[in-house]
Amino acid sequence: MNIIVCLKQVPDTETQIKVGSDGKSIVTDDIKWVMNPYDEHGVEEALRIKEKFGGEVTIVGLGPKRVTESIRTALAMGADKGMLISDEALEGSDSLAVAKALAAAIKELDYDLIFSGQRGVDDDMGVVGANIAELLDIPQLSVIDKVEVAEDGKSVKVNRPIEGSTLVIESPLPALITTQKGLNEPRYASLPGIMKAKKKPFDEKTLSDLGLDAAEFGEGARKVKVLEIKPPPAREAGKIVEGETPQEKAAGLAKLLHDEAKVI
Amino acid sequence: MAQGVWTIAEQRGGEIRKITYEIISEGRRLADALGQDLTVLLLGSNIKEKAAELGNYGADKVLVADDPRLEAYTTDAYASVISELVKADDPAILLLGASAEGKDLSARLSGKLGVGMAQDCTAFAVEDGNLVATRPIYAGKAYARVTFENSWPQMATARPKVMDINEPDTSRSAEVLDAAFSLDDGALKTKVVDVLKDESGKVDLTEADKIVSGGRGMKGPENYKILEDLADLIGATVGASRSAVDAGWRPHSDQVGQTGKVVSPGLYIACGISGAIQHLAGMSTSKVIVAINKDADAPIFQKADYGVVGDLFDVVPALTEEVKKYIES
Repeated sequence: MNIIVCLKQVPDTETQIKVGSDGKSIVTDDIKWVMNPYDEHGVEEALRIKEKFGGEVTIVGLGPKRVTESIRTALAMGADKGMLISDEALEGSDSLAVAKALAAAIKELDYDLIFSGQRGVDDDMGVVGANIAELLDIPQLSVIDKVEVAEDGKSVKVNRPIEGSTLVIESPLPALITTQKGLNEPRYASLPGIMKAKKKPFDEKTLSDLGLDAAEFGEGARKVKVLEIKPPPAREAGKIVEGETPQEKAAGLAKLLHDEAKVI
Repeated sequence: MAQGVWTIAEQRGGEIRKITYEIISEGRRLADALGQDLTVLLLGSNIKEKAAELGNYGADKVLVADDPRLEAYTTDAYASVISELVKADDPAILLLGASAEGKDLSARLSGKLGVGMAQDCTAFAVEDGNLVATRPIYAGKAYARVTFENSWPQMATARPKVMDINEPDTSRSAEVLDAAFSLDDGALKTKVVDVLKDESGKVDLTEADKIVSGGRGMKGPENYKILEDLADLIGATVGASRSAVDAGWRPHSDQVGQTGKVVSPGLYIACGISGAIQHLAGMSTSKVIVAINKDADAPIFQKADYGVVGDLFDVVPALTEEVKKYIES
């Protein structure tokens, strides 16, 4: 069973986001970049399936050179091979263009199953996985928190939580699964794992290596144009409910929620 | 030239879901701003009787795709039918709800149609005849205003519970039309083999009107009982912070925040939650925020409309008793 895991690097979720002086970007100076948290679940699940069925796990990342570090982390966790799609022309690409580049790279590989995070915790779009599946003409299984590959390795059964219930879905392979928290507990890279990762195959590809036209990528090719990025609407600190005892405070709060906010 | 606003209705088990009324109402406002028609696309099996009522909320036309294979949502069937219909009619705007179904469907559709998409938007406007969408990014740590270029239809999804629902006007009805489509069985690869109902009957956090959430200050899973008592009384869903989920006190599906669910209830009561930035990001679009915390310096108080500095183990049960007086009177 050969498995691809798509990887994105995002600002650590503790990062305070500051808007750049152009009003159209964020300040990236002091950002700590980490593997997208949902992608960690993809790496872990791929490793568990490989441990059962054999085969290879290949990490395919896209972005600037710094993404290499997160791919190395995945290799240290136990993945077999890494690939980074990196090209200046990719800078500023939208989801569809990113999916095009990833799909072009994956098409050249041998795969039964593809994992990607259900969304990047930066742009919060959650469409790259589905767009890759469309471009490869395979089924997508979105926001999945349980994966069972059939014994014969030809199909997969997944759990997809939706509002108020969980759908159990069967799909033939190959398929693309987007991962949700709860799927598994990602392992940490061990020290021997980190040492071994340094010797594992790692490829770097440009757009032309993938046979793609740079004009279809980057800021200029965006179909969704950013007009403005702004801080969230300010929320003023409100009233502190005073009182001598917890009961008095609770009574004051209940009164405000009823009389003023009218929510109870 | 692309004309008209289209919205996709969402039904489950033959019942129209609330998000449908939210996006039809917003679609109506956009159609008015453009001076164009609003068409609602309804997919299902034996679903036609639900179509006319959608006119009450602002639909001019309801296009019904009725087929046994469309009874329950599947990505394969819905994306195939909708992309065919969209290509044939060429609408200017295509609007969906950012529900579990809408997010899955819109993502696949944007690929099929080869268009850009704005996911999980909180506001829309028409400027110079073009759709401008506002959407939270970094789970709400920043907001982006975006528009579309050489990308038709202009496609977006709306965050549940954000768009106001129009007062239904029963004198208004929609023209109901049968959609002509082809659906190749060979394109249907996935199959829903089981539906595991959440027996608790609780409303999903993303759709809840009220949320009572507990964090590290809850000290252990057994203590959530006091939050459940309050939640049951006011009709709220119980949520949790990342630290409570990571500690194994609550299931992953309860997590509110940047790596959990992003929520917009009318009332959010944060108990023993200090207000880590990734948590605040996930609930800052709540209408009324209440914080109950021992630590007067906790960052959550900077976002709260009402704060109580005190021990939640005293304040929450007392609040439940006080609220009971209003509800019972």
